[in-house]
Amino acid sequence: MSLTATDVKKIAHLARLNMSENDVAAYAEQLSKIMQFVEQMNETDTTGIEPIAHSFDISQRMRPDEVTETDQRAAFQAIAPQVEAGLYLVPQVIEG
Amino acid sequence: MVYKTIAELSQDLANKKISSVELTQQFLDRIERFDKSLNSFITVTADQALAEAKNADAQRAKGEAGPLTGIPFAQKDIFCTQGVKTSCGSKMLDNYISPYDATVVKQFKKAGTVLLGKTNMDEFAMGSSNETSYYGPVKNPWNLETVAGGSSGGSAAAVAAYLTPAATGTDTGGSIRQPASLCGISGLKPTYGRVSRYGMIAYASSLDQGGPMARTAEDIALLMNTMAGFDTNDSTSIDYPVPDYTSTLNDSMKGLRIGLPKEFFGAGLEKGVEEAIQAAIKEYEKLGATIHEISLPHSALSIPAYYVIAPAECSSNLARYDGVRFGHRCKEPKDLEDLYKRSRSEGFGPEVTRRIMIGTYALSAGYYDAYYLKAQKIRGLIREDFSNAFDNVDVIMGPTSPTPAFKIGAKTDDPISMYLSDIYTIAVNLAGLPGMSIPAGFVSDLPVGLQLIGDIFQEPRLLNIAHSYQKVTDWHTRIPKGF
Repeated sequence: MSLTATDVKKIAHLARLNMSENDVAAYAEQLSKIMQFVEQMNETDTTGIEPIAHSFDISQRMRPDEVTETDQRAAFQAIAPQVEAGLYLVPQVIEG
Repeated sequence: MVYKTIAELSQDLANKKISSVELTQQFLDRIERFDKSLNSFITVTADQALAEAKNADAQRAKGEAGPLTGIPFAQKDIFCTQGVKTSCGSKMLDNYISPYDATVVKQFKKAGTVLLGKTNMDEFAMGSSNETSYYGPVKNPWNLETVAGGSSGGSAAAVAAYLTPAATGTDTGGSIRQPASLCGISGLKPTYGRVSRYGMIAYASSLDQGGPMARTAEDIALLMNTMAGFDTNDSTSIDYPVPDYTSTLNDSMKGLRIGLPKEFFGAGLEKGVEEAIQAAIKEYEKLGATIHEISLPHSALSIPAYYVIAPAECSSNLARYDGVRFGHRCKEPKDLEDLYKRSRSEGFGPEVTRRIMIGTYALSAGYYDAYYLKAQKIRGLIREDFSNAFDNVDVIMGPTSPTPAFKIGAKTDDPISMYLSDIYTIAVNLAGLPGMSIPAGFVSDLPVGLQLIGDIFQEPRLLNIAHSYQKVTDWHTRIPKGF
């Protein structure tokens, strides 16, 4: 798989990353090489092989629906870039 | 005093030969003296360390000391530590003072260890040389022009240079074992789910596993007694009994069946490394073990499968860094999209960006089956390879890394050649197995590591096998020149 500049721009946008025109060309080349490298996988027939997402066949545990966490909003917001009245601030999203 | 193992220091503290405050000061002095050249610490918590040491001495005076009480220690900067900067080697978290403790940090606090500081690492644990760190590369104490390995390079170098008796590491594709090998120390990656991942900053969640790094298997056993265990805060933690890892260290090697995978001794393995590994295996034969050639036929596919699975999980895990709740935020964002894009591009370095891009691509519409699903099937084949092997052998041995430490800068322009340095370690993560690296000699004055791979939850056996070797060899006692 060879990635074009258009592909790289699309992926960068999906990942919410800025990319200069210079970077686009460099990433197109590097990512193409890496994707070609991972495509070695295609030489192995995996028909009928079960995919595994996790090393062991365990499922997620259930727990009683009880409150176990205390409120730590102040501690968590103390490290936030911008907060006001307990809310995280971001640039205006809806036109006024 | 600083050249002693944890087991020895623990005795000295118990016998009042030294106090924890004195011992802590000695290590802090060494960090001050030597770390300018190594760059193994991102943060040194000197004042806090001395306060903790004082508490440890007081606890001992009350007769309440455990085996690790008052032992100086370092945490990889991936473990969230309350009130201390936890950067994960990234500009993104350079301003992050963690509001909570990782379970592993809590466990060591409870055991009474003294935190000397947080060790340098590849950015978000993505790298094999510690060169992707925002804080600069870590130098290898055996040769300052070579890499310490990665991603737990700071922990490995600090232990190797006797700046701390031990440290934590994390291992997603070899990040404990490879730097341990390159720096000539011992390191254990436990079975997936054995050590809690809560508060350990996520890279690739189905592969990440924390573990101890120290000079000897005996010390690692002591540390595992504190680190291992079930944690309800980690949804993939496994509820399985925790043994006393020190109790089986001296079991006999007679009749031990060692498997040597032919795929680990082929092209790409440096001759000097192979000779050192073969010599180590001879030692085991002398101890009564038997050698069996085995095959792990899908080994070569572990790196391609890993470089789909790990980036895919990383692209999802690192979506949380959005400049809103914590971490780096760009200046004067003009709208929300600009806030996201600039905060992330300014905060992440090139290797992290590369992996986010690969992962985003592999998971994007139309490509999921070709990449992620295919890689998960390969993962199934790799797990099966190991499971077949363990029908006939007790432990698998081979090199940890195909070469000793390479020159700083030698592989930074070629991501794939860097990825290939983890050829012998990655399959172990894909299968969730425990693996160790222990010092097994030198080539061109640089350490060589022997890798031991066990079946799931066989950490006690691995530590026993490692300890048996360390009783008859002295590679683990060597001190790099000038330190």
